[in-house]
Amino acid sequence: MTEVRVCLPESNLEEPWTLAAYESTGGYQAWRKIITEQTPPEDIIENLKSSGLRGRGGAGFPTGLKLSFMPRNAPGQKYIVCNSDESEPGTFKDRDIIRLNPHQLIEGMAIAGYTIGATVGYNYIRGEYYEPWARFEAALTEAYEAGLLGHSLLNSDTSFDLYSQRGAGAYICGEETALLESLEGKKGQPRFKPPFPAQVGAFGRPTTINNTESLSSIPPIMRKGGKWFADLGVEKSGGTKVFSVSGHVNKPGNYEVPLGLPFKELLELAGGIRNGHQLKAVIPGGSSVPVMPAANIMACTMDYDSLQQAGSALGAGSVIIMDETTCMVKMLERISYFYYAESCGQCTPCREGTGWLYRVIHRIRNGQGKLTDLDLLVDMANRIEGRTICALGDAAAWPVQSFMKHYRHEFEAMIQSDKAA
Amino acid sequence: MLSDELISKINKEKTKYPIARAAVKSALRYAQEEHGWISEEVVRDVAEVLNLETIQVFEIATFYDLFYTEPVGKYQLRVCTNVSCMLRDSDSVVSHIQKKLDIKTGETTADGKFTLFEVECLGACGGAPMMMVGNEFYENLEPDTIDSIIEKLGASE
Repeated sequence: MTEVRVCLPESNLEEPWTLAAYESTGGYQAWRKIITEQTPPEDIIENLKSSGLRGRGGAGFPTGLKLSFMPRNAPGQKYIVCNSDESEPGTFKDRDIIRLNPHQLIEGMAIAGYTIGATVGYNYIRGEYYEPWARFEAALTEAYEAGLLGHSLLNSDTSFDLYSQRGAGAYICGEETALLESLEGKKGQPRFKPPFPAQVGAFGRPTTINNTESLSSIPPIMRKGGKWFADLGVEKSGGTKVFSVSGHVNKPGNYEVPLGLPFKELLELAGGIRNGHQLKAVIPGGSSVPVMPAANIMACTMDYDSLQQAGSALGAGSVIIMDETTCMVKMLERISYFYYAESCGQCTPCREGTGWLYRVIHRIRNGQGKLTDLDLLVDMANRIEGRTICALGDAAAWPVQSFMKHYRHEFEAMIQSDKAA
Repeated sequence: MLSDELISKINKEKTKYPIARAAVKSALRYAQEEHGWISEEVVRDVAEVLNLETIQVFEIATFYDLFYTEPVGKYQLRVCTNVSCMLRDSDSVVSHIQKKLDIKTGETTADGKFTLFEVECLGACGGAPMMMVGNEFYENLEPDTIDSIIEKLGASE
């Protein structure tokens, strides 16, 4: 299997982040056509629906359907917001999309903005991504100078202004309503829904928030058609996906492949398990999704349905590979520490529960665990899941539940060997 | 205590948004670049420029990890120790730096040059283990590359 690049630029392009390089591959043709022909937004939404494009940030919600929720003909300001706050452990795809192919994201945001009647867009880029931010800003300048952003574009009535905002280090801002709070200059604490952002979003106005990769997929879909994109993938999982492969492989990195690719082939693309070792487990969608033992994932294809049926999730396509040397207690301890450190503190089950989870796993790792701790962990995780404003509580619970399901024996062995010693 | 240049940068940032408050993170970032960290005076001055209550700025300075509300070294070594880096032995990156600089995590060297932090995932797991210093990402770290990064930064003024 070789890569099929839709969101990442072709590897033979020099300086693919420049306007000249992007236009040499058909870039901005879709945006120019839409402005010139004043394409009806309904047509764009239908095209996106037929493409099978689903949100690439983790939730997998159909992008065309999401854009259709906007009251696009209602008077007043509306916004399109891009979520480039990529912070889920194991995820590093949007970093490469922005720094290697910023113009495609700009074009995608412009088309999405046009579709929902938004004349202003914001790209919220995590604070640590300086290089991607600088590339995005340079691309914005080029696009304004080329008359592709701004007012009365190509002598039409269409206007679109686009800005970036840098985050400042907070995982929770990847949650869309926390992102909106942060965009407005507040602490990133998620909002109650409803109202949904399509009714009350940024600055109190109707807003659609999409992931970087989702928005970047739009220009090629508009150029080549929804069917072309859908046919790249499989049923219910149209198109390609950038998988971030990390951990115990020979060639960690981003690999853009058609959805539905057997896991085995993705592993081969990433150079296979590091030399002399065996695959033990995989977290296929970022640290929050349930862990899968080797035998389970080896039977899977990399798409939404296959991983869900196998008890995990595609998430953001962040594939964390572990070989047989990996201590699963240490893994879960580190994952649980992360959610404890990043809980925004708003909801009690998450604020208190994440710390409690971490402390119990930590004491197991430090020789003070009891066998009853294992049921306690599952009980706590079950009491956090579904009882918080946002999904961070769930994200803290799923790893605990799945590690206990598949690797409880390693926790028991550690507790018992500490007792013996 | 904010320079005129800094205030004009903040005012320019404000024009992107319908409300001035949306520029607060940028304002604090510029201020931190100028002052090294966010003191109470900086918080008060940023609040004045943005016409906000002091608490509205202070809560931002304390909520977000990239703002320092206490003095830090000239260079902050932010080593990722989250899972993808941990699987590629970020523990040894941390212990190598601790030994080389004779500091613990969270501490600053006596000459005020370096502060060591262990941080959460920085989104460069393909180059694990990695760290961030200033705006730069340093990936695929090994003991000798860590040494040369620290020596290069240590020699600069």
